[in-house]
Amino acid sequence: MVLSQFRFVEVGRVAYISYGPDAGKLAVIVDVIDQNRALVDGPCSGVSRKQMNFKALELTSIVMKIPRGLRPGNLRKAWEKQEVQKKWDSTTWAQKIANKKKRAQLTDFDRFKLMKAKQARNRLINVEFGKLRKTVKRPAPRLRKKKSVKK
Amino acid sequence: TKAAKPKAAAAKPAAKKQTQARLVKKTIGGDKNGGHRLVRKTRMSRYYPTEDKPRKLRSRKTAFSKHKHSLRSSITPGTVLILVAGRHKGKRVVFLKQLDSGLLLVTGPFHLNGCPLRRINQIYTIATKTKLDISGVKLPERLNDKYFNRKQLKKPRHTEGEIFDTKKEVYTVSDERKEDQVAVDKQILDVIRKNKEKKLLFGYLGSMFSLGSRQYPHKMVF
Repeated sequence: MVLSQFRFVEVGRVAYISYGPDAGKLAVIVDVIDQNRALVDGPCSGVSRKQMNFKALELTSIVMKIPRGLRPGNLRKAWEKQEVQKKWDSTTWAQKIANKKKRAQLTDFDRFKLMKAKQARNRLINVEFGKLRKTVKRPAPRLRKKKSVKK
Repeated sequence: TKAAKPKAAAAKPAAKKQTQARLVKKTIGGDKNGGHRLVRKTRMSRYYPTEDKPRKLRSRKTAFSKHKHSLRSSITPGTVLILVAGRHKGKRVVFLKQLDSGLLLVTGPFHLNGCPLRRINQIYTIATKTKLDISGVKLPERLNDKYFNRKQLKKPRHTEGEIFDTKKEVYTVSDERKEDQVAVDKQILDVIRKNKEKKLLFGYLGSMFSLGSRQYPHKMVF
């Protein structure tokens, strides 16, 4: 067990709120209250300073360098200085969420265009694959001995 | 009759002819009763209604011609609709206008998906967000509800020896329908050709709509 493979709950850990009224927003763990709860604040993402159960928080890979209990005003400055939003947007996690949202907003015509685009891409892929297949020397297929028919 | 007598007496000097017509002398048999009476020729009515013009009670039934037809705000001229029921279910068609009966007038266009100029009820359509600019399209004047009414086909008359010989009259498309179809479709195809995504639009209108797994209509945007 290598400790560096884990994301720890710590002051400054940026978390993604998975459910509740603030679902989908980012917040920073400003302090730990007890075994189950943290004091959480997201001044730039619309999360007011509040206690939250860890169950609702999904830890991201972003950690801010802030002192424990940093007040909202200074927290906002730190958030903007440390470019938390930028770091988050560049993660695949955030991109996946954005793509899901986009897909949900596709109109019927968009879905048709997507289908056509996929078909065109797959045709290109299959053509290349076919070419590759022909270049590989395949071993002669092993013939299975036919079972002799008993007379 | 007692009331009638003084009336007659008063009217007599004024219009002799009238009183004589209104009242009639009737003889009465028996003695000691005056012998005759002046009786009205035409009897007075037994019933007088309290209202001269009785008011009709309000009925909530309205005739179809007086119905108000609303149209979903998502359906505007040029919208691509998905037909969900009927002969052309699954097809994507172009909405032209709402007729007086409230039904929607649509066209395939016919060359793209085989749907002709047709009426459909808006409840059997899904309005998509795709809209064509139909402001320049002129529809023939004669396209109204009467034009689209079903024609009564003559049923074959069964005569003695000809039960299976007489052919049933089959519906054939009239020439004026073909004319109108060509006229309207030409304009609509021109509109599509001017569009940036014309190739995809042609394919789109020619294809059928279907739901796949994990596609839930209430969650989808059309």
